[in-house]
Amino acid sequence: MSTVTLQHNRIELALHQLRPATGEGRPLLLLHGLGERTPTSVPHDVERWQGSVWGLDFTGHGESTIPVGGGYSAEVLLGDVDAAINHLGNVTLVGRGLGGYVALLAAGARVDAVHGAVITDGPGLTGGSYESSVPQSARLMDQGQIPDPYALHELSRDVRAADYALDFVQYSVANSELAEPINVSALYRPTWLAEVAAAPGVASLPLGDALNLYR
Amino acid sequence: MRSSLTQVESPRTFPGAVAPQRHYRVDADGVGIAVNEWGDQRDPVLVMVHGGADFSRTFDVFAPLFAAAGWRVVAWDHRGHGDSDHTHLYSFEADLRDATRVLDAVAPRRPVAVLGHSKGGAILTSLAEAQPFRFRSFINLDGIPYRRPGPDLPEYQRADALNTEITGWLEHRRRSATGSRKPGTIEELASRRAQMNPRLSTEWLEYLVTVGAREDADGWRWKLDPSMRMGGFGPWKPEYGLFRLAGLGVPFLGVLVGADEPMGWGTKSHQVEKWIPVNGRLEYFDDLGHFIHIEQPKMVADMALEFLGAPA
Repeated sequence: MSTVTLQHNRIELALHQLRPATGEGRPLLLLHGLGERTPTSVPHDVERWQGSVWGLDFTGHGESTIPVGGGYSAEVLLGDVDAAINHLGNVTLVGRGLGGYVALLAAGARVDAVHGAVITDGPGLTGGSYESSVPQSARLMDQGQIPDPYALHELSRDVRAADYALDFVQYSVANSELAEPINVSALYRPTWLAEVAAAPGVASLPLGDALNLYR
Repeated sequence: MRSSLTQVESPRTFPGAVAPQRHYRVDADGVGIAVNEWGDQRDPVLVMVHGGADFSRTFDVFAPLFAAAGWRVVAWDHRGHGDSDHTHLYSFEADLRDATRVLDAVAPRRPVAVLGHSKGGAILTSLAEAQPFRFRSFINLDGIPYRRPGPDLPEYQRADALNTEITGWLEHRRRSATGSRKPGTIEELASRRAQMNPRLSTEWLEYLVTVGAREDADGWRWKLDPSMRMGGFGPWKPEYGLFRLAGLGVPFLGVLVGADEPMGWGTKSHQVEKWIPVNGRLEYFDDLGHFIHIEQPKMVADMALEFLGAPA
Protein backbone atom coordinates (compact mmCIF):
# COMPACT_ATOMS: atom_id res chain seq x y z
CA MET A 1 0.00 0.00 0.00
CA SER A 2 1.35 3.43 -0.90
CA THR A 3 0.03 6.73 0.40
CA VAL A 4 -0.28 10.18 -1.14
CA THR A 5 -0.80 13.25 1.08
CA LEU A 6 -3.35 15.74 -0.24
CA GLN A 7 -4.15 19.22 1.04
CA HIS A 8 -7.76 20.18 1.77
CA ASN A 9 -7.71 23.67 3.20
CA ARG A 10 -5.64 23.21 6.41
CA ILE A 11 -6.20 19.45 6.57
CA GLU A 12 -3.68 16.92 5.25
CA LEU A 13 -5.52 13.94 3.85
CA ALA A 14 -4.10 10.44 3.46
CA LEU A 15 -5.07 8.88 0.14
CA HIS A 16 -3.99 5.24 0.04
CA GLN A 17 -3.46 3.20 -3.06
CA LEU A 18 -4.53 -0.32 -2.11
CA ARG A 19 -3.63 -1.85 -5.45
CA PRO A 20 -2.46 -0.63 -8.88
CA ALA A 21 -4.65 -1.34 -11.92
CA THR A 22 -4.74 -4.96 -13.10
CA GLY A 23 -6.38 -4.09 -16.40
CA GLU A 24 -8.41 -1.37 -18.10
CA GLY A 25 -10.56 1.06 -16.20
CA ARG A 26 -10.71 4.11 -14.02
CA PRO A 27 -9.71 4.25 -10.35
CA LEU A 28 -12.12 2.97 -7.71
CA LEU A 29 -12.17 5.18 -4.63
CA LEU A 30 -13.36 3.64 -1.35
CA LEU A 31 -14.89 5.93 1.27
CA HIS A 32 -14.94 4.45 4.77
CA GLY A 33 -17.73 4.71 7.32
CA LEU A 34 -17.91 6.95 10.38
CA GLY A 35 -15.13 6.08 12.81
CA GLU A 36 -13.39 3.75 10.36
CA ARG A 37 -10.29 4.17 8.23
CA THR A 38 -9.18 2.88 4.84
CA PRO A 39 -8.70 -0.90 4.94
CA THR A 40 -5.14 -2.22 4.53
CA SER A 41 -6.02 -4.45 1.58
CA VAL A 42 -8.58 -4.53 -1.20
CA PRO A 43 -11.90 -5.70 0.26
CA HIS A 44 -13.12 -9.01 -1.12
CA ASP A 45 -16.28 -7.55 -2.67
CA VAL A 46 -14.40 -5.13 -4.94
CA GLU A 47 -11.50 -7.45 -5.88
CA ARG A 48 -12.73 -7.86 -9.44
CA TRP A 49 -12.34 -4.15 -10.23
CA GLN A 50 -9.64 -3.86 -12.91
CA GLY A 51 -8.63 -0.26 -12.43
CA SER A 52 -6.54 0.88 -9.50
CA VAL A 53 -8.16 0.76 -6.04
CA TRP A 54 -7.78 3.65 -3.61
CA GLY A 55 -9.09 4.58 -0.19
CA LEU A 56 -9.35 8.04 1.40
CA ASP A 57 -9.04 8.65 5.14
CA PHE A 58 -11.59 11.38 5.93
CA THR A 59 -10.67 14.41 8.06
CA GLY A 60 -10.18 13.28 11.67
CA HIS A 61 -9.81 9.63 10.68
CA GLY A 62 -6.92 7.24 9.97
CA GLU A 63 -3.76 9.06 8.93
CA SER A 64 -5.47 12.36 8.05
CA THR A 65 -5.19 15.48 10.23
CA ILE A 66 -7.15 15.60 13.49
CA PRO A 67 -8.61 19.14 13.46
CA VAL A 68 -8.56 21.28 16.60
CA GLY A 69 -11.95 21.84 18.24
CA GLY A 70 -14.26 19.94 15.87
CA GLY A 71 -16.63 21.63 13.41
CA TYR A 72 -17.40 18.69 11.12
CA SER A 73 -20.09 18.42 8.49
CA ALA A 74 -20.79 15.97 5.68
CA GLU A 75 -19.98 18.87 3.33
CA VAL A 76 -16.44 19.11 4.76
CA LEU A 77 -16.01 15.41 3.91
CA LEU A 78 -17.33 16.19 0.42
CA GLY A 79 -14.42 18.65 0.21
CA ASP A 80 -12.11 15.75 1.21
CA VAL A 81 -13.46 13.65 -1.68
CA ASP A 82 -13.06 16.61 -4.03
CA ALA A 83 -9.37 16.80 -3.14
CA ALA A 84 -9.04 13.09 -3.99
CA ILE A 85 -10.91 13.59 -7.27
CA ASN A 86 -8.61 16.49 -8.09
CA HIS A 87 -5.69 14.04 -7.73
CA LEU A 88 -7.18 10.91 -9.32
CA GLY A 89 -9.38 12.38 -12.05
CA ASN A 90 -12.47 10.43 -13.11
CA VAL A 91 -13.40 7.85 -10.45
CA THR A 92 -16.08 5.41 -9.37
CA LEU A 93 -17.03 5.73 -5.69
CA VAL A 94 -17.98 3.06 -3.18
CA GLY A 95 -18.95 4.41 0.23
CA ARG A 96 -19.71 2.61 3.47
CA GLY A 97 -22.26 4.24 5.76
CA LEU A 98 -21.40 7.92 6.16
CA GLY A 99 -18.98 7.44 3.23
CA GLY A 100 -21.98 6.37 1.14
CA TYR A 101 -23.83 9.58 1.95
CA VAL A 102 -20.70 11.58 1.05
CA ALA A 103 -20.38 9.59 -2.20
CA LEU A 104 -23.92 10.68 -3.06
CA LEU A 105 -23.03 14.33 -2.38
CA ALA A 106 -19.94 13.96 -4.59
CA ALA A 107 -21.97 12.36 -7.40
CA GLY A 108 -24.20 15.44 -7.42
CA ALA A 109 -21.49 18.03 -6.86
CA ARG A 110 -18.87 16.68 -9.30
CA VAL A 111 -21.02 14.94 -11.85
CA ASP A 112 -18.38 14.93 -14.61
CA ALA A 113 -15.72 13.34 -12.38
CA VAL A 114 -17.84 10.71 -10.62
CA HIS A 115 -18.70 7.75 -12.83
CA GLY A 116 -21.10 6.01 -10.51
CA ALA A 117 -21.52 6.15 -6.73
CA VAL A 118 -22.41 3.05 -4.72
CA ILE A 119 -23.93 3.43 -1.26
CA THR A 120 -23.39 0.41 1.00
CA ASP A 121 -24.16 -0.43 4.62
CA GLY A 122 -21.77 0.83 7.27
CA PRO A 123 -21.35 3.08 10.30
CA GLY A 124 -22.97 6.49 10.04
CA LEU A 125 -25.50 5.54 7.36
CA THR A 126 -28.41 6.80 9.42
CA GLY A 127 -27.04 10.20 10.32
CA GLY A 128 -28.84 12.33 12.85
CA SER A 129 -32.50 13.09 12.82
CA TYR A 130 -34.59 13.64 9.74
CA GLU A 131 -35.16 17.20 10.94
CA SER A 132 -33.04 19.32 13.29
CA SER A 133 -32.27 17.77 16.67
CA VAL A 134 -31.43 19.46 19.96
CA PRO A 135 -27.98 21.03 19.54
CA GLN A 136 -25.28 19.47 21.69
CA SER A 137 -22.42 21.33 23.25
CA ALA A 138 -20.97 18.94 25.79
CA ARG A 139 -17.22 19.05 26.23
CA LEU A 140 -15.48 15.94 24.98
CA MET A 141 -12.59 14.96 27.21
CA ASP A 142 -10.68 12.57 24.99
CA GLN A 143 -9.54 14.93 22.24
CA GLY A 144 -6.55 14.18 20.04
CA GLN A 145 -7.46 10.52 19.61
CA ILE A 146 -7.91 8.73 16.28
CA PRO A 147 -10.62 8.79 15.12
CA ASP A 148 -11.41 12.24 16.48
CA PRO A 149 -14.19 12.04 19.12
CA TYR A 150 -15.63 15.25 17.64
CA ALA A 151 -15.99 13.51 14.28
CA LEU A 152 -17.92 10.69 15.93
CA HIS A 153 -20.02 13.13 17.94
CA GLU A 154 -20.88 15.61 15.20
CA LEU A 155 -21.12 13.34 12.17
CA SER A 156 -23.43 10.88 13.92
CA ARG A 157 -25.92 13.72 14.46
CA ASP A 158 -25.94 15.63 11.15
CA VAL A 159 -29.37 16.37 9.69
CA ARG A 160 -30.24 14.04 6.81
CA ALA A 161 -33.16 15.77 5.22
CA ALA A 162 -34.39 13.71 2.27
CA ASP A 163 -35.21 16.73 0.09
CA TYR A 164 -31.58 17.89 0.39
CA ALA A 165 -30.23 14.45 -0.57
CA LEU A 166 -32.70 14.33 -3.48
CA ASP A 167 -31.34 17.60 -4.90
CA PHE A 168 -27.99 15.82 -5.35
CA VAL A 169 -29.69 12.80 -6.90
CA GLN A 170 -31.66 15.00 -9.30
CA TYR A 171 -28.60 16.93 -10.47
CA SER A 172 -26.54 13.76 -10.89
CA VAL A 173 -29.23 11.91 -12.84
CA ALA A 174 -29.97 14.91 -15.08
CA ASN A 175 -26.32 15.57 -15.94
CA SER A 176 -24.45 12.25 -15.75
CA GLU A 177 -23.53 10.25 -18.83
CA LEU A 178 -24.84 7.21 -16.96
CA ALA A 179 -28.55 6.35 -16.95
CA GLU A 180 -28.29 5.30 -13.31
CA PRO A 181 -25.31 7.14 -11.75
CA ILE A 182 -26.26 6.25 -8.17
CA ASN A 183 -26.68 2.76 -6.80
CA VAL A 184 -28.03 1.84 -3.38
CA SER A 185 -26.61 -1.52 -2.33
CA ALA A 186 -27.32 -0.95 1.36
CA LEU A 187 -29.81 -3.37 2.89
CA TYR A 188 -30.73 -0.96 5.66
CA ARG A 189 -32.42 2.18 4.35
CA PRO A 190 -33.07 5.01 6.78
CA THR A 191 -35.65 7.57 5.61
CA TRP A 192 -33.30 9.69 3.52
CA LEU A 193 -31.86 6.64 1.79
CA ALA A 194 -35.24 5.04 1.13
CA GLU A 195 -36.27 8.22 -0.69
CA VAL A 196 -32.99 8.29 -2.62
CA ALA A 197 -33.41 4.62 -3.62
CA ALA A 198 -36.96 5.29 -4.85
CA ALA A 199 -35.93 8.23 -7.06
CA PRO A 200 -35.76 7.87 -10.86
CA GLY A 201 -32.21 7.14 -12.06
CA VAL A 202 -31.16 5.35 -8.88
CA ALA A 203 -30.41 1.62 -9.12
CA SER A 204 -30.56 -0.89 -6.27
CA LEU A 205 -28.13 -3.58 -7.41
CA PRO A 206 -25.82 -5.62 -5.18
CA LEU A 207 -22.30 -4.10 -5.04
CA GLY A 208 -20.71 -6.57 -7.51
CA ASP A 209 -23.40 -5.95 -10.14
CA ALA A 210 -23.18 -2.20 -9.65
CA LEU A 211 -19.42 -2.29 -10.24
CA ASN A 212 -20.00 -4.24 -13.47
CA LEU A 213 -22.34 -1.45 -14.55
CA TYR A 214 -19.85 1.31 -13.74
CA ARG A 215 -16.56 -0.25 -14.89
CA MET B 1 -7.48 29.34 30.42
CA ARG B 2 -7.33 33.13 30.34
CA SER B 3 -4.56 35.45 29.39
CA SER B 4 -4.49 39.20 29.13
CA LEU B 5 -3.66 40.85 25.86
CA THR B 6 -2.50 44.35 25.15
CA GLN B 7 -4.93 46.65 23.39
CA VAL B 8 -3.36 48.59 20.56
CA GLU B 9 -4.44 52.20 20.18
CA SER B 10 -6.68 52.62 17.11
CA PRO B 11 -5.48 55.16 14.51
CA ARG B 12 -9.11 56.26 13.97
CA THR B 13 -11.78 57.40 16.39
CA PHE B 14 -15.54 57.42 16.10
CA PRO B 15 -18.02 59.43 18.19
CA GLY B 16 -19.14 57.29 21.13
CA ALA B 17 -16.80 54.39 20.35
CA VAL B 18 -15.01 53.03 23.41
CA ALA B 19 -12.38 50.28 23.32
CA PRO B 20 -13.15 47.33 25.62
CA GLN B 21 -11.91 47.66 29.21
CA ARG B 22 -10.85 44.02 29.38
CA HIS B 23 -9.53 41.71 26.68
CA TYR B 24 -8.55 38.07 27.23
CA ARG B 25 -8.68 34.65 25.61
CA VAL B 26 -10.71 31.60 26.52
CA ASP B 27 -9.62 28.14 25.39
CA ALA B 28 -12.43 26.42 23.48
CA ASP B 29 -11.17 22.86 23.02
CA GLY B 30 -7.88 24.12 21.63
CA VAL B 31 -9.29 27.09 19.72
CA GLY B 32 -8.37 30.44 21.30
CA ILE B 33 -11.45 32.66 21.56
CA ALA B 34 -10.84 36.42 22.04
CA VAL B 35 -13.21 37.98 24.57
CA ASN B 36 -13.89 41.71 25.06
CA GLU B 37 -15.65 43.28 28.02
CA TRP B 38 -17.07 46.70 28.77
CA GLY B 39 -18.32 47.87 32.17
CA ASP B 40 -17.67 47.05 35.81
CA GLN B 41 -16.60 43.46 36.33
CA ARG B 42 -18.91 43.16 39.37
CA ASP B 43 -22.03 44.12 37.41
CA PRO B 44 -24.48 41.48 36.09
CA VAL B 45 -23.42 39.92 32.80
CA LEU B 46 -25.01 40.87 29.48
CA VAL B 47 -23.68 38.72 26.65
CA MET B 48 -23.54 40.19 23.12
CA VAL B 49 -23.04 37.89 20.14
CA HIS B 50 -22.01 39.36 16.77
CA GLY B 51 -23.15 38.22 13.34
CA GLY B 52 -21.40 36.37 10.50
CA ALA B 53 -18.26 38.08 9.11
CA ASP B 54 -18.45 40.61 11.97
CA PHE B 55 -16.46 40.72 15.22
CA SER B 56 -17.08 41.82 18.80
CA ARG B 57 -15.66 45.29 18.35
CA THR B 58 -18.56 46.15 16.07
CA PHE B 59 -20.17 46.75 19.51
CA ASP B 60 -17.71 49.57 20.34
CA VAL B 61 -20.50 52.17 20.36
CA PHE B 62 -23.44 49.95 21.37
CA ALA B 63 -21.89 48.05 24.31
CA PRO B 64 -20.72 51.11 26.32
CA LEU B 65 -24.36 52.31 26.46
CA PHE B 66 -25.20 49.16 28.44
CA ALA B 67 -22.03 49.37 30.54
CA ALA B 68 -23.08 52.88 31.57
CA ALA B 69 -26.46 51.46 32.64
CA GLY B 70 -24.89 48.92 35.02
CA TRP B 71 -24.21 45.89 32.84
CA ARG B 72 -20.95 43.97 32.43
CA VAL B 73 -21.03 43.44 28.67
CA VAL B 74 -19.21 40.32 27.46
CA ALA B 75 -18.66 39.77 23.74
CA TRP B 76 -16.30 37.45 21.89
CA ASP B 77 -15.04 36.95 18.37
CA HIS B 78 -16.36 33.73 16.80
CA ARG B 79 -13.68 31.26 15.73
CA GLY B 80 -12.02 32.53 12.54
CA HIS B 81 -13.31 36.08 13.20
CA GLY B 82 -11.61 39.12 14.75
CA ASP B 83 -8.82 38.19 17.17
CA SER B 84 -9.92 34.57 17.71
CA ASP B 85 -7.88 31.72 16.28
CA HIS B 86 -8.22 30.61 12.69
CA THR B 87 -8.77 26.87 12.86
CA HIS B 88 -9.29 23.78 10.72
CA LEU B 89 -13.07 23.59 10.60
CA TYR B 90 -16.02 25.94 11.06
CA SER B 91 -19.62 25.03 11.74
CA PHE B 92 -22.71 26.42 13.44
CA GLU B 93 -22.49 23.72 16.10
CA ALA B 94 -18.82 24.55 16.76
CA ASP B 95 -19.83 28.22 17.24
CA LEU B 96 -22.44 27.07 19.73
CA ARG B 97 -19.88 25.03 21.65
CA ASP B 98 -17.40 27.92 21.67
CA ALA B 99 -20.17 30.12 23.13
CA THR B 100 -20.62 27.70 26.02
CA ARG B 101 -16.89 27.82 26.77
CA VAL B 102 -17.03 31.61 27.11
CA LEU B 103 -20.21 31.42 29.20
CA ASP B 104 -18.57 28.81 31.44
CA ALA B 105 -15.69 31.25 31.96
CA VAL B 106 -17.79 34.33 32.79
CA ALA B 107 -21.00 32.92 34.31
CA PRO B 108 -20.79 29.16 34.88
CA ARG B 109 -24.23 27.52 35.07
CA ARG B 110 -25.77 30.89 35.91
CA PRO B 111 -28.53 32.53 33.87
CA VAL B 112 -27.47 35.74 32.11
CA ALA B 113 -29.07 38.30 29.82
CA VAL B 114 -28.11 37.75 26.17
CA LEU B 115 -28.31 39.80 22.98
CA GLY B 116 -27.50 38.49 19.53
CA HIS B 117 -27.31 40.27 16.18
CA SER B 118 -28.02 38.40 12.94
CA LYS B 119 -26.23 35.02 13.04
CA GLY B 120 -25.51 35.78 16.70
CA GLY B 121 -29.27 35.79 17.30
CA ALA B 122 -29.58 32.47 15.51
CA ILE B 123 -26.73 30.98 17.60
CA LEU B 124 -28.45 32.09 20.80
CA THR B 125 -31.82 30.73 19.62
CA SER B 126 -30.22 27.29 19.21
CA LEU B 127 -28.31 27.55 22.48
CA ALA B 128 -31.55 28.46 24.28
CA GLU B 129 -32.90 25.03 23.35
CA ALA B 130 -29.67 23.16 24.08
CA GLN B 131 -28.82 24.88 27.37
CA PRO B 132 -31.80 26.91 28.61
CA PHE B 133 -30.32 27.16 32.12
CA ARG B 134 -27.88 29.79 30.82
CA PHE B 135 -30.61 32.29 29.84
CA ARG B 136 -32.21 35.05 31.88
CA SER B 137 -33.63 37.10 29.01
CA PHE B 138 -32.97 37.21 25.27
CA ILE B 139 -32.82 40.05 22.74
CA ASN B 140 -32.57 39.10 19.07
CA LEU B 141 -31.61 41.89 16.62
CA ASP B 142 -32.64 40.93 13.07
CA GLY B 143 -31.50 37.34 13.62
CA ILE B 144 -34.69 35.44 12.81
CA PRO B 145 -34.33 33.72 9.43
CA TYR B 146 -37.61 32.94 7.68
CA ARG B 147 -36.39 31.81 4.29
CA ARG B 148 -33.11 30.62 2.81
CA PRO B 149 -30.67 33.26 1.54
CA GLY B 150 -30.72 33.81 -2.21
CA PRO B 151 -33.66 33.87 -4.60
CA ASP B 152 -36.73 31.66 -4.17
CA LEU B 153 -36.60 29.10 -6.96
CA PRO B 154 -39.04 26.63 -8.43
CA GLU B 155 -38.33 22.97 -7.65
CA TYR B 156 -36.77 22.16 -11.04
CA GLN B 157 -34.17 24.93 -10.72
CA ARG B 158 -33.22 24.19 -7.13
CA ALA B 159 -30.81 21.32 -7.86
CA ASP B 160 -29.02 23.45 -10.50
CA ALA B 161 -28.65 26.36 -8.08
CA LEU B 162 -27.36 24.05 -5.35
CA ASN B 163 -24.79 22.59 -7.73
CA THR B 164 -23.58 26.05 -8.75
CA GLU B 165 -23.19 26.98 -5.10
CA ILE B 166 -21.40 23.77 -4.14
CA THR B 167 -18.97 23.74 -7.06
CA GLY B 168 -18.13 27.37 -6.24
CA TRP B 169 -17.46 26.35 -2.65
CA LEU B 170 -15.35 23.34 -3.69
CA GLU B 171 -13.26 25.49 -6.04
CA HIS B 172 -12.71 27.89 -3.13
CA ARG B 173 -11.65 24.95 -0.91
CA ARG B 174 -9.08 23.90 -3.52
CA ARG B 175 -7.42 27.32 -3.26
CA SER B 176 -7.99 28.19 0.39
CA ALA B 177 -4.97 26.41 1.92
CA THR B 178 -2.68 29.15 0.66
CA GLY B 179 -5.17 32.02 0.48
CA SER B 180 -4.74 35.36 2.20
CA ARG B 181 -6.93 38.45 2.28
CA LYS B 182 -6.28 41.24 -0.18
CA PRO B 183 -4.31 44.08 1.41
CA GLY B 184 -5.30 47.71 1.05
CA THR B 185 -5.48 51.09 2.68
CA ILE B 186 -7.99 51.82 5.44
CA GLU B 187 -10.13 53.61 2.85
CA GLU B 188 -10.00 50.65 0.42
CA LEU B 189 -11.02 48.09 3.05
CA ALA B 190 -13.83 50.36 4.23
CA SER B 191 -15.16 50.76 0.70
CA ARG B 192 -15.07 46.97 0.17
CA ARG B 193 -17.04 46.49 3.37
CA ALA B 194 -19.52 49.14 2.27
CA GLN B 195 -20.81 46.64 -0.30
CA MET B 196 -22.02 44.46 2.60
CA ASN B 197 -22.89 47.43 4.83
CA PRO B 198 -24.33 49.96 2.35
CA ARG B 199 -26.23 51.94 5.01
CA LEU B 200 -23.29 52.53 7.35
CA SER B 201 -21.16 55.68 7.19
CA THR B 202 -17.68 55.77 5.73
CA GLU B 203 -16.42 57.19 9.01
CA TRP B 204 -17.75 54.12 10.90
CA LEU B 205 -16.45 51.62 8.34
CA GLU B 206 -12.98 53.20 8.41
CA TYR B 207 -13.05 52.97 12.21
CA LEU B 208 -14.02 49.27 11.91
CA VAL B 209 -11.00 48.63 9.69
CA THR B 210 -8.72 49.85 12.46
CA VAL B 211 -10.24 47.47 15.03
CA GLY B 212 -11.12 44.51 12.76
CA ALA B 213 -8.17 44.44 10.39
CA ARG B 214 -4.44 44.20 11.00
CA GLU B 215 -1.74 46.31 9.43
CA ASP B 216 0.92 44.34 7.55
CA ALA B 217 3.92 45.74 5.67
CA ASP B 218 1.89 45.75 2.42
CA GLY B 219 -1.31 47.21 3.87
CA TRP B 220 -4.36 46.43 6.01
CA ARG B 221 -6.10 43.03 5.89
CA TRP B 222 -9.38 41.99 7.51
CA LYS B 223 -8.63 39.46 10.25
CA LEU B 224 -11.47 37.17 9.14
CA ASP B 225 -10.06 33.77 8.13
CA PRO B 226 -9.67 33.84 4.33
CA SER B 227 -10.72 30.18 4.16
CA MET B 228 -14.23 31.17 5.28
CA ARG B 229 -16.76 31.99 2.60
CA MET B 230 -20.07 33.79 2.70
CA GLY B 231 -23.24 31.96 1.85
CA GLY B 232 -23.95 28.44 2.80
CA PHE B 233 -25.67 25.28 1.81
CA GLY B 234 -26.58 22.18 3.68
CA PRO B 235 -29.65 20.48 5.02
CA TRP B 236 -30.37 23.40 7.38
CA LYS B 237 -33.85 24.94 7.16
CA PRO B 238 -34.83 28.36 8.55
CA GLU B 239 -37.96 26.95 10.19
CA TYR B 240 -35.78 25.06 12.70
CA GLY B 241 -35.05 28.41 14.33
CA LEU B 242 -38.74 29.38 14.36
CA PHE B 243 -39.67 26.13 16.14
CA ARG B 244 -37.05 26.93 18.77
CA LEU B 245 -38.26 30.49 19.13
CA ALA B 246 -41.73 29.22 20.00
CA GLY B 247 -40.22 27.12 22.77
CA LEU B 248 -38.28 29.88 24.53
CA GLY B 249 -38.91 29.94 28.25
CA VAL B 250 -37.43 33.37 29.08
CA PRO B 251 -38.53 36.94 28.29
CA PHE B 252 -37.82 37.64 24.61
CA LEU B 253 -37.49 40.79 22.53
CA GLY B 254 -37.22 40.32 18.78
CA VAL B 255 -36.32 43.23 16.50
CA LEU B 256 -36.85 43.17 12.74
CA VAL B 257 -36.17 45.80 10.08
CA GLY B 258 -37.69 46.80 6.76
CA ALA B 259 -34.74 47.96 4.65
CA ASP B 260 -33.34 45.20 2.42
CA GLU B 261 -29.60 44.67 2.74
CA PRO B 262 -27.09 42.09 1.45
CA MET B 263 -26.33 40.80 4.96
CA GLY B 264 -29.94 40.66 6.19
CA TRP B 265 -32.41 37.80 6.02
CA GLY B 266 -35.22 40.14 4.98
CA THR B 267 -37.62 38.66 7.53
CA LYS B 268 -40.86 40.61 8.01
CA SER B 269 -42.99 40.66 11.16
CA HIS B 270 -46.06 38.96 9.72
CA GLN B 271 -43.94 36.00 8.60
CA VAL B 272 -42.72 35.10 12.07
CA GLU B 273 -45.02 36.71 14.63
CA LYS B 274 -47.00 33.53 15.26
CA TRP B 275 -43.77 31.87 16.48
CA ILE B 276 -43.00 34.56 19.06
CA PRO B 277 -43.35 32.94 22.51
CA VAL B 278 -46.06 34.12 24.92
CA ASN B 279 -43.53 35.94 27.08
CA GLY B 280 -41.98 37.62 24.04
CA ARG B 281 -42.55 40.66 21.89
CA LEU B 282 -41.58 41.71 18.39
CA GLU B 283 -40.61 45.22 17.32
CA TYR B 284 -40.44 46.22 13.65
CA PHE B 285 -38.65 49.24 12.14
CA ASP B 286 -39.60 49.68 8.52
CA ASP B 287 -37.06 52.41 7.71
CA LEU B 288 -33.99 50.89 9.39
CA GLY B 289 -31.50 48.27 8.16
CA HIS B 290 -29.88 45.04 9.31
CA PHE B 291 -27.26 46.86 11.42
CA ILE B 292 -29.94 48.70 13.37
CA HIS B 293 -27.79 48.83 16.53
CA ILE B 294 -25.11 50.68 14.57
CA GLU B 295 -27.53 52.93 12.69
CA GLN B 296 -29.45 53.90 15.85
CA PRO B 297 -27.38 52.75 18.87
CA LYS B 298 -29.08 54.99 21.40
CA MET B 299 -32.65 54.17 20.35
CA VAL B 300 -31.97 50.40 20.28
CA ALA B 301 -30.08 50.50 23.59
CA ASP B 302 -32.88 52.43 25.28
CA MET B 303 -35.44 49.90 24.02
CA ALA B 304 -33.27 46.97 25.13
CA LEU B 305 -32.51 48.48 28.54
CA GLU B 306 -36.18 49.09 29.16
CA PHE B 307 -36.88 45.46 28.20
CA LEU B 308 -34.07 44.10 30.40
CA GLY B 309 -35.08 46.10 33.47
CA ALA B 310 -32.69 46.75 36.34
CA PRO B 311 -29.41 44.81 35.98
CA ALA B 312 -29.33 43.44 39.54
